[in-house]
Amino acid sequence: MELTDSVAVAQARDGDSGAFRVLVERHSRNLFRLAYRMTGHQEDAEDVVQETFLRAYRQLAKFDDRASFGTWLYRIAANCSLDLIRARKRRSENRENHDSHEEGAPDPMQLLADGAPTPERLALSSEVERRVAGALDDLSEMERAAFVLRHYEGMCIDDISRTLGVQPNAAKHSVFRAVQKLRRALEPLVSTAS
Amino acid sequence: MNHLTEEQFVLYYYGEGDGSAGVREHLDACEACRGEYANLQRVLNIVDTAPVPERGANYGAQVWRRLEPKLGVRGNGWARWLMPIRWPMRHWAAAAAMAALVVTAFLAGRYYPKPQPSPRMAAGQVRERILLVAVGDHLERSQMVLVELVNARPGQALDISSEQERAGDLVAENRLYRQTAARTGDASLAGVLDELEPVLLEIAHGPARLTPEEVDKLRRRIEGDGILFKVRVVGSTVRHREEKAAANPGQKSL
Repeated sequence: MELTDSVAVAQARDGDSGAFRVLVERHSRNLFRLAYRMTGHQEDAEDVVQETFLRAYRQLAKFDDRASFGTWLYRIAANCSLDLIRARKRRSENRENHDSHEEGAPDPMQLLADGAPTPERLALSSEVERRVAGALDDLSEMERAAFVLRHYEGMCIDDISRTLGVQPNAAKHSVFRAVQKLRRALEPLVSTAS
Repeated sequence: MNHLTEEQFVLYYYGEGDGSAGVREHLDACEACRGEYANLQRVLNIVDTAPVPERGANYGAQVWRRLEPKLGVRGNGWARWLMPIRWPMRHWAAAAAMAALVVTAFLAGRYYPKPQPSPRMAAGQVRERILLVAVGDHLERSQMVLVELVNARPGQALDISSEQERAGDLVAENRLYRQTAARTGDASLAGVLDELEPVLLEIAHGPARLTPEEVDKLRRRIEGDGILFKVRVVGSTVRHREEKAAANPGQKSL
């Protein structure tokens, strides 16, 4: 019979590494998805998944049995992602900002408007993905975290505020600001395409 | 007629807030707002297209394989036997590594004069690998403490009681490994451990709640000394040596 999370947590606390393994195997993919959306990089997301389970293992005694283990892991992963994004930002502050429009590269908006031929249109879908990734990268870490939890993970504002350790109003405004910025950055794509 | 605000659109899209019936009514009646809302929907639909790299069904098993050595667990048997005393596993890992080191050192010393080169070499290799694993783990845990403090949000007070507790554990281990490294002539490892020790001591014995100024000072101290970078470099060297020792058990890597 499959172990429930709460039974696996109890057994892991008693030193059963096999039970912790069950939890790792069960939650890794979801955590990766969350971490990737928050960090935007595969390697960073992998690091977040590892760090999340390490922190969870070390804090297993502090886990409140009445809570959902998955939500608790999400909280840790969201905070690990925030830590990593902040560290990355500090590192990149010294580097020169590169322009998202490379000189000489065709403007994706123009390609759409021109009714460009198939190869360019194929390239366009990856260009749109790149634009979306760029727009998400331009959000502050808190905006991105709140937006990812609301938009992709479907968390309500109260859960987001608990997860990120901020007031509900701050969580709500982070989501709102994120949507505003994304809209500003991506609206030209949808209004040209429509 | 007052048009809907951007915030109302966003809240309505996500089903948040309690004015959704009013917003719905307004959208039914107002073409301008309907157009605005449709634009918002299109933008958020585009955001949904952002792909996430797929991870296979065995991804969890891969994560576990990378994670297990860092947790300091080796299967259910001994871990289950040790846990009733409720020590954190990392203490046991360090204690077990040190105990094994002492036992193998004793055995190696005891049999040293006898003309049996093979067992002596084996004991030396075992000792070396145990030491590498333990030092690698120590450096990694030290790195985590330092990273957490360096990444603290600037301009805000910080509770570092968890980091303090871990730094306190690390200080004693650090001293042991530093002395061992100095004895075995590993000057670079001994040097970095020597630099790490006062930083760990400062974290362990400072106040648990830091003011924004104190957080800043501590961050500058860690960054200024470049200790985090040194720990990373030496940690990766030790891991490399550990992997080499595991792959070529007959060769000496220290």
